Parts: sequence; structure tokens; C-alpha cells
Amino acid sequence: MKKEQREKLVFSLLTLTAALVVIPTLLMIGYIIFRGIGTISWEFLSAMPRKGMREGGIFPAIVGTVSLVLGTMIVALPLGVGSAIYLTEYAKQGFLTRTIRLAILNLAGVPSVVYGLFGLGLFVLFLGFGSSILAGALTLACLVLPVVITASEEALKSVDFSYRQASLALGATKWQTIRHVVLPHAAPGIVTGAILAIGRAAGETAPILLTVAAFFLPRLPQSIFDQVMALPYHLYIISTQVPGMPESIKYGTALVLLGIVSIFFAIATAIRIRFKMANR
Amino acid sequence: MSKISVKDLNLHYGSFHALKNINLDICEREVTALIGPSGCGKSTFIRSLNRMNDLIDGVKIDGEMFLEDQDIYQPDVDVVSLRRRVGMVFQSPNPFRKSIYENVAYGPRRYGIKSRNQLDEIVERSLREAALWEEVKDRLKSSALGLSGGQQQRLCIARALAMEPEVLLMDEPTSALDPIATSRIEELIDQLKKEYTIVIVTHSMQQAARISDKTVFFLMGEVIEADDTQVIFTSPRDQRTEDYVTGRFG
Repeated sequence: MKKEQREKLVFSLLTLTAALVVIPTLLMIGYIIFRGIGTISWEFLSAMPRKGMREGGIFPAIVGTVSLVLGTMIVALPLGVGSAIYLTEYAKQGFLTRTIRLAILNLAGVPSVVYGLFGLGLFVLFLGFGSSILAGALTLACLVLPVVITASEEALKSVDFSYRQASLALGATKWQTIRHVVLPHAAPGIVTGAILAIGRAAGETAPILLTVAAFFLPRLPQSIFDQVMALPYHLYIISTQVPGMPESIKYGTALVLLGIVSIFFAIATAIRIRFKMANR
Repeated sequence: MSKISVKDLNLHYGSFHALKNINLDICEREVTALIGPSGCGKSTFIRSLNRMNDLIDGVKIDGEMFLEDQDIYQPDVDVVSLRRRVGMVFQSPNPFRKSIYENVAYGPRRYGIKSRNQLDEIVERSLREAALWEEVKDRLKSSALGLSGGQQQRLCIARALAMEPEVLLMDEPTSALDPIATSRIEELIDQLKKEYTIVIVTHSMQQAARISDKTVFFLMGEVIEADDTQVIFTSPRDQRTEDYVTGRFG
């Protein structure tokens, strides 16, 4: 085979593999939209569920998922970014930092149901938060911390040494250099980590099942110590536990979950673009 | 008059003896050029003048280095305030991804200056001193990354001048620039030496000959010869200096 032909063959094969990755994603999203769009109505989005969840809306589950995602980010972002700054900027590279990094890597590999059990043991029972938004958000925060830390660390490390050097040479302190030069340069990368974390926090079922999610609770939470319904768990219930559930409601619920995650992504992406513009 | 006076300075990177028994005086309001082949220690030396080598792990320094009457390697010396007195410009232009204005105001802001008027004045003075004001005065708010390489380097000089340092260190400031931008920087250095003590590392012997009053020749971590630039280039005492400046090696 000639060089040119081989070049063409390899190129087409690689195009094909890339396309194969895109196709299932598009199919899945397309199918959910196709099956679920008919269910979406103002009532479905804003009403309480009725008649054993077979009618009415999914408003409490939407509120639950949004509050869980926000709570998770409020806890995980400062903790994650803070520890990433410590690891990259302050800690002496050695046994301790290697151990911490190994721990983070391992945390990322722990199955989510184990986080659920951990949250149940620590937050719900031992600390006495009960089954609540607080316990659920803290559990999800533990789950997404590795993602936030790893992405932030990469972002911080990728800031060119010459910028730190320039800042220090101008008589800035180390913290001033981090605050005014390193963090602004790293912000888009940190936001990318946050986006990944939001996706996981919104979609996980096992951890919230054990720490916060209610089977059926047709009212809104009054405080962070209340239980809530949440979309992924709701979807699981109506798909497996409720006989005679109309298909359309299942797909509608899946579509809403997809929509909420997309809205969070859009917000994060907008922030990311703003940082990038400000950096230019 | 001598501004910086170095006595028996030794520097080790781990087990590598990078600077050996340096004794040197750097005169006030003059341009001192540091020349020598790659790896001779001239960059290491200039970075020890504002303790930038502190940032590198495994560097050990002994000896004395006086900035006027203060030994800057004493443990009680505040590195932050030392670096305000001894500013630095690096090899490739490295403006922050901020506006032109914010680049120049960076040092003063970190120092704690908040007044808008005061900052405006500092920015204008520094940009004028760096011969950049006329080119950028209408777009101070736009990004520094939109400037050409030569303008960026003058911005970095302005940024350093904003702190009103006494000494300005320049580590091969023109090596990433084209000849026209280079000659503008050289003119600028000639202007700046009226106010500032300047130490410059350069790979170009023509540049050292053109702009400096004193020249120091480094070889393998030692100072071989330090004298008036004219003497170094016309009648050096050491054979190795002569070989280097006449281009026989390096």
C-alpha cells in the first residue's frame, strides 16, 4: 500500500472512531427529547406530584436537585480549590503530598454507593443531621472533591512560572501573587473542574438515596435540615417501583434532569468565557 | 560610588558550584553589563541580586552582598521590600493578562496604593520613562497582550519602574526582540541610567559595548575581569577576556 493511501485509510478510521463516540450521545439525547418533550408543560415543571406520582408535576424534585447541586458546590469549590492551592503552591513536595495525591486518586475511584454509606454513617447518623439537604450536599461534596481538586491543580500548575516570577520580582508577596496572578490565570481551568463536578452531583443516585432523597414528599423543604425529592432518585422510583407509571412521565423527568444539568453547564461556561475575556 | 558591593559570594545548586568567590562592585547610575558564554553564571549572578534564586530548591548562598550598607543575605532582610528596591526585567516579555494600565499599577497596588489619582500619576510617569506613553495613552484599558513584543518589553520595564526601584536588573532583555525593538530598548537604557543603577546580562558583545559603562566577564562561575567597558573591549588584561571579546570562543 502506498504512503498516501495508508494516510487516507488511517485518517478515515480515526474519523470513524470519533464519529462513533458522538453518535450514541446524540442518539440518547435525541431520544430523550423525542420521548419526553410532549410531557413538558408548565404544570409538569411547577406542580406537586399527585395520585401516587402518576399525575401532576415534579416541582419538588427539581427544587431538591437544584438545592443539592448548589449546596454541593458551596462546600466543594472552596475546599477543593483551597487544597489544590495548598498542594501546588505551599506544600513541600515529598512524602506527605504524594500520600495526599494518592488518597485523592483513590477517592476518585470509590464507587458512589460507598460515599452514600459513608455519608449515612457520618453526616446522617453520627453528626445527627438526619436525612437532609445538608447531609446529602456534604456527601456529594466528598464525591466531587477529587474532580475539583485534580482539575484545579492542573489549572494552577499550567500557569507559566514567568508570571509568578514577574509578580514576585515586583515585590508582591506569595499570597498576593497567587491571588492576583495565578488564580485569575487558572480560573477557566478551575471552572472546567466545577462543570464536571456539577454533572456528577446532579446525576448521582446512590449517595442521595442514603442521605437525603425522599420517596414521595409533595411539599418544598423549609430548611437545609429537611429531606427533599431529587430527580435521579425520582426517576429511579418511577421507573422501577411504581406500577402503571406512564412512559411519558419517565422520559419527561429524564429530560428535565438533562435540562437542569445543561443550564448549570451553560452558567459555568458563561463564567468561564468571562474569565477568558478578562484575561485577554 | 558603589551601589552594590559583593564580597566572596559563593552559590551552589545542589552539588554544582555555580558562582565561585565573586567580588564585585556595581556603581550607582551606571550601566554594568555582564557577559560570558552560556552557563558561565551571569544569569545566576543577576538573579542573586534580588534574591530570585530563593525560589529555586537546593540553592545555597554564602558570602556578603551589600545594597548600600545592608547585607541582603542576612536572615532578617525582608525579601519583599528588597525586591521593591531592586526591580527586574526578564528575558522574554511577560506582561500579565491584564490591561496595560493594570500591568503598570500591579506593583503599586500590591504595595497598598489605592488612590486613583496617585495610581494614574504612577502609570503615566512609568510609561513615559519607558518611552511607551505616546504609543499607548489612548488604550490604557486594552489588553497588554495586544502590544508588539518590543512594546511588551517596554511595558515590563515600565511595570518595574512603577515601584521606583533604585536598581534595575535586566536579564537579556532584548534577546527575544527584533533589531528595531532592540535599539529602542537600548536608547531607553541610556536614558534610564540617569536615574537608576542598571545591571544587564547580554549575549551580544556589541550590545555590551554600545550601552554599558562597566563590563564584567564571567567564565565557569568566576569573574575573570571587571573594568570600564572600553578597557575590556580594547585592552583587556586577561587573555581569556580578549579571546572572548574578539570572538575566538563563546
